[in-house]
Amino acid sequence: MTRYSAFEVIKNAFTGNKGWQPAWRKPEPKKSYDVIIVGGGGHGLSTAYYLASVHKITNVAIVEKGWLGSGNIGRNTTIVRSNYLLPENTRFYEKSMQLWRTLSHELNYNVMFSPRGVLNLAHTPGQMDLFAERGNAMRLMGGDAELLDRDQVARANPGLDVSGNARFPIEGGLLQPSAGSARHDAVAWGFARGADLLGVDILENCEVKGFLREGDNIVGVETNRGEIRAEKTGIAVAGSTSRVMRLAGIKNLPIESHVLQAFVSESLKPVIPNVVTFGNGHLYASQSDKGGLVFGGSLDGYNTYAQRGNLPLVEEVMSEFTAMYPAFARLRLLRSWGGVVDMSMDGSPIITKGPLPGMYLNAGWCYGGFKATPASGWCFAHTIANDAPHEINAPFSLERYKQGRPIDELGAGPTPGYH
Amino acid sequence: MLIDCPWCGPRSVEEFSYRGDGTLKRPALSDNSMNAASAYVYNRENPAGDHMEIWHHGNGCRSHILVKRNTLTHKILSCELLGPYSPKRKKKK
Repeated sequence: MTRYSAFEVIKNAFTGNKGWQPAWRKPEPKKSYDVIIVGGGGHGLSTAYYLASVHKITNVAIVEKGWLGSGNIGRNTTIVRSNYLLPENTRFYEKSMQLWRTLSHELNYNVMFSPRGVLNLAHTPGQMDLFAERGNAMRLMGGDAELLDRDQVARANPGLDVSGNARFPIEGGLLQPSAGSARHDAVAWGFARGADLLGVDILENCEVKGFLREGDNIVGVETNRGEIRAEKTGIAVAGSTSRVMRLAGIKNLPIESHVLQAFVSESLKPVIPNVVTFGNGHLYASQSDKGGLVFGGSLDGYNTYAQRGNLPLVEEVMSEFTAMYPAFARLRLLRSWGGVVDMSMDGSPIITKGPLPGMYLNAGWCYGGFKATPASGWCFAHTIANDAPHEINAPFSLERYKQGRPIDELGAGPTPGYH
Repeated sequence: MLIDCPWCGPRSVEEFSYRGDGTLKRPALSDNSMNAASAYVYNRENPAGDHMEIWHHGNGCRSHILVKRNTLTHKILSCELLGPYSPKRKKKK
């Protein structure tokens, strides 16, 4: 496999670009592997990559129902951040930030990680106090955070309505300078190429139809391309978690599947320098390198597996966006779409061994799974390789609900749609 | 999505708020097991297909409605009133 470099680009420019090869193979499934990962999205691919690179377990298969990266890894709004309050979350997402910073070099694939800053707007003095608390918590955990007043926000974001006449006048904001965005497809392709180079088999169009069992143990999967055996089976299927786990006989999980919609506008010249979130509602916006404004808001709020939402939510998102940026009222939308997210009962993920012997579960990402992609795979690979969680993901167990130790960042209670 | 409210007729989903899975049964007060309590609070079947769920018509007649809806197609299959005016409850008397 060719290593990507400036030299290769120039060489291929002179030879008609005939020197490039596909970034990953299309192998036939083997009869057995050491580890099977169900789900060829961001988290499954990064898990396989870290299994191979960190833990030297290379006899690994990724089983993907559709084509690689066809789920939420290609449907998110590409935001990468770690501005959390609870120590469990901050520790985990800081690990992710660390991995993001060197990811392009590690994978030899440009994931276009752009630490342009994430700015959370505050609209009341009370919100400023909360942001000061959160910023201090982030700094205590080793992260970076800056509390900005209204003038500082206005200087950096010329399009924002910072006047007193705004529907919700802006008081200030909390900026995490090291946060930003990355190119979502490139993350999937980069991890896929990296894993494939280390010997991982990526089996696309290979849908899991059932689990192979010996007694209570899960010993592999039954797919439309035949039986595949493995000592360990990891599940990382996001919105489809309940469906896949039902095949293994697990009928109840602390998860509901919801739809989250996202939107892209026509291209503009650079206007949003960072990722901006609205503080009096739920909206996050950034500008892609092509110039389109990428933004999204809340969940539609009801259980669904349909990858599309309803219009009331579209109206809500648009009115919030134009309340922040009145100048965008005449902008046209190019695309909107929906992704099915696995909302957990406390808004925090599950990365754990079990719930059955031979099985490992990575789920409950709510709508924050993209930024977690590297750390999720890193922790899940550790859990699979060592049969025990790393201290970073130990709090994200499945038992925490029953034990009364939920990790509820928002304090919203056990209603998945509220997180 | 239009929800066919038994009082008000078909109304837009934005008039309603979602109250989640309608099949859950609160464990009896005499039931001391933690398992039953935590299952009631946290565990959901989350089916892909027909789903019984409760909606509150907050911007309308304010009744709670038990809705059967397909989570793959968003098609609403049935709506019935919950609470004191539920037709089922009258029959019991």
